[in-house]
Amino acid sequence: MSFFKRLKNKLTTQSDTVTEKFKDGLTKTRASFSTRINDLVKNYRKVDEEFFEELEEILIEADVGVSTVMDLIDELKDEARTQNIKETEELQGVISEKLAELLDKGDDDTKLNIQEDELTVILFVGVNGVGKTTSIGKLAHKLKQEGKSVLMAAGDTFRAGAIDQLQVWGNRVGVDVIKHSEGADPAAVVFDAVKSAKTRGVDVLLCDTAGRLQNKVNLMNELEKIKRVIGRELPGAPHEVLLVVDATTGQNAMNQAKTFSQATDVSGIVLTKLDGTAKGGIVLAIRHELEIPVKLVGLGEKVEDLYEFDADQFVYGLFSNILPNVEEEESVDRY
Amino acid sequence: MAFEGLADRLQQTLQKVRGKGKVTEADVKVMMREVRLALLEADVNFKVVKRFVAKVKERAIGQEVLESLTPGQQVVKVVNEELTALMGGEQSKIAVANKPPTVVMMVGLQGAGKTTSTGKLANHLRKKNNRQPLLVAADVYRPAAINQLQTLGKQLSMPVFDLGTDVSPVEIAKQGIAKAKEEHHDYVIIDTAGRLHIDEGLMGELAQIKEIAKPDEILLVVDAMTGQDAVNVAESFHEQLGLTGVVLTKLDGDTRGGAALSIKSVTDTPIKFVGMGEKLDALEPFHPERMASRILGMGDVLSLIEKAQTNVDEKKAKELEEKMRTMSFTFDDFLEQLTQVRSMGPLDELLGMLPGAGQMKQLKNVKVDEKQLNHVEAIIQSMTKGEKLHPETINASRKKRIAKGSGRSVQEVNRLLKQFEDMKKMMKQMSNMQKGKKKGGMGNMKFPFM
Repeated sequence: MSFFKRLKNKLTTQSDTVTEKFKDGLTKTRASFSTRINDLVKNYRKVDEEFFEELEEILIEADVGVSTVMDLIDELKDEARTQNIKETEELQGVISEKLAELLDKGDDDTKLNIQEDELTVILFVGVNGVGKTTSIGKLAHKLKQEGKSVLMAAGDTFRAGAIDQLQVWGNRVGVDVIKHSEGADPAAVVFDAVKSAKTRGVDVLLCDTAGRLQNKVNLMNELEKIKRVIGRELPGAPHEVLLVVDATTGQNAMNQAKTFSQATDVSGIVLTKLDGTAKGGIVLAIRHELEIPVKLVGLGEKVEDLYEFDADQFVYGLFSNILPNVEEEESVDRY
Repeated sequence: MAFEGLADRLQQTLQKVRGKGKVTEADVKVMMREVRLALLEADVNFKVVKRFVAKVKERAIGQEVLESLTPGQQVVKVVNEELTALMGGEQSKIAVANKPPTVVMMVGLQGAGKTTSTGKLANHLRKKNNRQPLLVAADVYRPAAINQLQTLGKQLSMPVFDLGTDVSPVEIAKQGIAKAKEEHHDYVIIDTAGRLHIDEGLMGELAQIKEIAKPDEILLVVDAMTGQDAVNVAESFHEQLGLTGVVLTKLDGDTRGGAALSIKSVTDTPIKFVGMGEKLDALEPFHPERMASRILGMGDVLSLIEKAQTNVDEKKAKELEEKMRTMSFTFDDFLEQLTQVRSMGPLDELLGMLPGAGQMKQLKNVKVDEKQLNHVEAIIQSMTKGEKLHPETINASRKKRIAKGSGRSVQEVNRLLKQFEDMKKMMKQMSNMQKGKKKGGMGNMKFPFM
């Protein structure tokens, strides 16, 4: 309970619209996730094997991942034994707390590493079709709103129409795009973009890259080269390497995080398409098994639907109706 | 290779059962837990897993297994059969309308690979079925989606129909089909915009397109990496549109592709094609039975055979066989054979398809060095015609010349000559062995490596 109290206090100091957006965007996730946990507690009065098995399934269906779920269930069983919990209702609080602990490691920074008064280079990487170009467009918009000057580099020279796609975003949000023709060397595009960004004195350069499956060694090498070229042109850059992950992705997201990290030192994750029915449970697994924080979340199709990830917001969005008490208290406080 | 991790897992488990003479109920229980975990880790939907495990368990603990002579094999068979059944039984083909054009509609979530698959499917239809498809660009929402299809059309030299982004997709589909009729195209492939299955407005639009276009085929394009949600997506598209098939994309990644297992079982919609690479010819028919054998480590022998058949000229193969028998196999033949094998694809991929290869430790991380093969080719190509026919004439000075010509060392030339001699010897033994087999005895065969 104390965890949720703390959470609630923290959230009341933050903007309501963002909280609402997280709640809205995660409606589907919450509906099938927390509601099911609630139902489970109602249906099974006693804490027994069957109860745990059912709980296991709910978590697995949210794409939390088998090993993470197994760890969690083991911990819960231990908890139940040591605290001598027999009733499922008593265990409910423990479940929520354990889940939240997975997400809220507390110490890691989910803010984008934007340099003060200096050029910041952000490199976007990921497999095909996760929404890299769209995320760049949205982030460009967001940064512009914050008063930053932005430049984009069309580093996806492979996929048909990718350069045009970024250009359309450029026109839409009013940001210039550095581009070569299709089939050009992406490292050369990025090289030009960094130079251009330096002469123009822009604040942030966003670099798009072609989607690639992480088991294609030569394509991963290409990515390494792109990163190296950026670092050579601007020591210390890229300041962020963001891995874009589709929320509907299953356990393969873990492989993606591992392999892309090896090639490019991924510093954060952008979780896209979380407004579907996908639970995005893979976030828990990634936080549990890897040290990569989620930094941005895509919660809709509109330009402004990209948000800074906030573990507290996410946990709240995910679990706000697991504990009816918290929900009620919350309502009283806010309305 | 897809399904690799799952295959390993199941193999380890099945190994335990294979070794024993009898399968106890406890064994089956242990095995089924492993099967369950492996399938869940592969992103197979948990409901599907539940049903699958229950079914196999029932069959395995029943008499069929316990009273059969080789219980281990029997279990493998049961798991294999059930897995194949789960993935969709027989392979199904793409529809052909009685009256052309056949209309195909591509639908799916954002980023699944609809536009790329549209291009690949058009290419496939032209190449394998000799069809003349018209591509219709009905994705008016995603920036530059039409450009993407146009670029693909250009690469394929195929016509693309579009009306820009200001016309409704329904109208585009209507006019596209009219145009196809006018110009006598036998296939129309409509590329629609990606959308969430819970987006009522956009799903309604698809229903409208369906109404107008009366498609013979509605293909749901699904990313092979999709997690548990694949089932909800497929179910919901199916309910609202009545799918006729599924295209599973990005299967050339290292995903275990459990989504493939789930979709058919939940929606009763077959997987018709799989995307196996970024190039436009990387679309293959889905073979459920092969996928199942691959999972169980029986190797994708069928795939290998088919690959060999399309790439190896049969007449040449016969000639080669004759040569092997009569020992007149030369470096020329060797080079030809090498080229043919390499045209089937990367060697390590071929190795992976061999039965049991997944289990062999020494083969597990084998990366066949394609460079080495290039060197071999260079050495052979540096020989004179006479030398290729009669390698025994190659003396020290000839070796030096060959080494210089190919840019390799004399030692490498020596090694190749030695390997070639060994190979010829082995071929002789193998053809002897075959003769021996006819007589009914294989007793005195000797392998150089035994």
